[in-house]
Amino acid sequence: MAPAPVTHLSPIDYVIMAVYFGAVLGVGWGLRSLTRTSTDFFLSGRSLPAWITGLAFISANLGAQEVIGMGASGAKYGIATSHFYWVGAIPAMVFVGLFMMPFYYGSRARSVPEFLRLRFDEKTRTLNAVSFAVMTVFSSGVSMYAMGKLLNLLLGWSFDLSVLVAAVIVLAYILLGGLTSAIYNEVLQFFLIVFGFLPLVALGLYAVGGWEGLSSKLAEVATARGLPATAYTHTWSNLGDASRNPIGVEWFGLVMGLGFVLSFGYWCTDFLVVQRAMAADSMTAARRTPLIAALPKMLFPFLVILPGMIALVLGAGHETAAAGQGLVPAKLAANGTPLLDGAGHVVLDYDLATPMMLVRLFPAGMLGLGLTALLASFMSGMAGNVTAFNTVWTYDIYQSHIRRGASDAHYLWMGRVATVAGIVLAVAAAYVAGAFNNIMDLLQLVFAFVNAPLFATFALGMFWKRATGHGAFIGLVAGTLAAAIHHGLTLPAGVPVGIKGGYLGVVHTFPSELAQTFWTAIIAWVTCFVVTIVVSLVTRPRPEDELRGLVYSLTPRPNDQGLPFRQRPAVLAVVVLALTLVLNLVFF
Amino acid sequence: MSSASGLDIRLPIGGLFTLLGLLVGGYGLGTAGDAAHYERSLGVNIDLWWGLIMLVFGVLLLRFASRARQATGVHPAADSKEGQDTEKREHRMGLER
Repeated sequence: MAPAPVTHLSPIDYVIMAVYFGAVLGVGWGLRSLTRTSTDFFLSGRSLPAWITGLAFISANLGAQEVIGMGASGAKYGIATSHFYWVGAIPAMVFVGLFMMPFYYGSRARSVPEFLRLRFDEKTRTLNAVSFAVMTVFSSGVSMYAMGKLLNLLLGWSFDLSVLVAAVIVLAYILLGGLTSAIYNEVLQFFLIVFGFLPLVALGLYAVGGWEGLSSKLAEVATARGLPATAYTHTWSNLGDASRNPIGVEWFGLVMGLGFVLSFGYWCTDFLVVQRAMAADSMTAARRTPLIAALPKMLFPFLVILPGMIALVLGAGHETAAAGQGLVPAKLAANGTPLLDGAGHVVLDYDLATPMMLVRLFPAGMLGLGLTALLASFMSGMAGNVTAFNTVWTYDIYQSHIRRGASDAHYLWMGRVATVAGIVLAVAAAYVAGAFNNIMDLLQLVFAFVNAPLFATFALGMFWKRATGHGAFIGLVAGTLAAAIHHGLTLPAGVPVGIKGGYLGVVHTFPSELAQTFWTAIIAWVTCFVVTIVVSLVTRPRPEDELRGLVYSLTPRPNDQGLPFRQRPAVLAVVVLALTLVLNLVFF
Repeated sequence: MSSASGLDIRLPIGGLFTLLGLLVGGYGLGTAGDAAHYERSLGVNIDLWWGLIMLVFGVLLLRFASRARQATGVHPAADSKEGQDTEKREHRMGLER
């Protein structure tokens, strides 16, 4: 039995979507003659200016988990969700631009795993390449699943058809223009997402009486849930105690787990984003890529989190408590009745917060634009994953293990085959995905197992010349195992033993799922850090000659003195950090 | 950027937003005064206003792109000092007559 769709589209809305599809395919077509070598296809021939790679850098990350997931988290945690930006992204983006990009770009590695091959050894690279390839396919699948489910619910579109159409369009423009096409479309999608969501935020704020009105309405919600009145509208002031904020985490776990381990693990080592910077036309442009990206990134909370917060209070009073809260509907059990948690409260379907806002506030015309923006976010996330996947597969798995020394034309052909295979696998993953309430929590969990130990490996590799390949490899395996063991021994409060933890026996209970995730990451990082050092000290170091350009102490510093003052990466970094500090203080 | 990658990215983005602006704005103009249509957006003709903003953004990008194309268009080598020097050098080396 399929429930009736939430809304119907007018012809104008379909026309707008068609125009967007035409534009992305047109970009791919316009670039079709420019992919002659594998470097063109996988690295855009290293020819793009910093502002383009910068916008692509954040747009590749602006997938479903961002737009839908951050809206969901906004409804769940309030403005404190901006910690995922101001603590959990900006500092790491500044660090990768200033300190790590010289090694990535300067070493001429074609991928992040290849950098590990240059710095450590083949086994460390393969471990990273395989886990990364699996992760990209998986995230792409999660993104597609979310899209298909959402379009089915909102518009009554067929799940299979939605997934198929999106997959075919992304496939077409990547096959045509390779990474350049993906990056150009990511910039286009970036503007579309901004133009689709900005009026939503403006109308939403107008509807609830501005920030003042939103604050007072959210204060009522917070009080009703037994939290301080400022719980949803302040970022730091309730973080002293996990029971006083909706995230259910204390400041130390947040800063170390999210701000240090998870954030640096993602932004500094994930090839999905680093690949965009590697496509830049110069070392300076590569270093400025994440710094330029940080400027719009720090304002994204207002674009993607606010709609979720507004959804929680908009239209309150019109609906019964059992139907949900504000515009956020209740999760339904299989028999159609609202789900209740252990304490008898209605479980809300937070992932619908932002989509319900679109449907509620946009008339025909704008609704088409808003839904197109949503589609754009799904597609840019999917394309980001697929382009990273085809590169890592071709260079780090195929070229190094399956077929060495073939012609460039052969690897270009392989890249195209890998693009098709990656999308087919992602579609398969889309059908498997879907057991979690909040996509963000799921992705954070995957990052915690695989990415959290990774930053320890890179930090030691780049800043400690004594670190060895055996140390790195054993450290990574130990870190990932430690994450799995910690996750298996702990459980978030009020959750049954199972996929969310406790499968090895419950030793400790965390106040929330995110608190557990953050601490899992911290444990993984520390384990990897310590094990890598210990194993490195008992294994034979590589000669210093081989490490030039790969380790900080053996590499000449990039000289920015010749650049105009305002173009220097360090100047840009200071501006970015100062603005982030101001935002934190304003919403303290 | 246009020379290295062959396609100035501002062209497709400018074109897309110009078209979207005309479509959404035009639709807003056609439905102006229809109170029931704009009940969702609290009485604001958001189609018209946001359509206009997108149109302005799109046209601006197209203008930047066309200016950049004029500025970096292909000129005969003899038009610039560097070009003349190159021609002289190539002439000396016997590469060019």
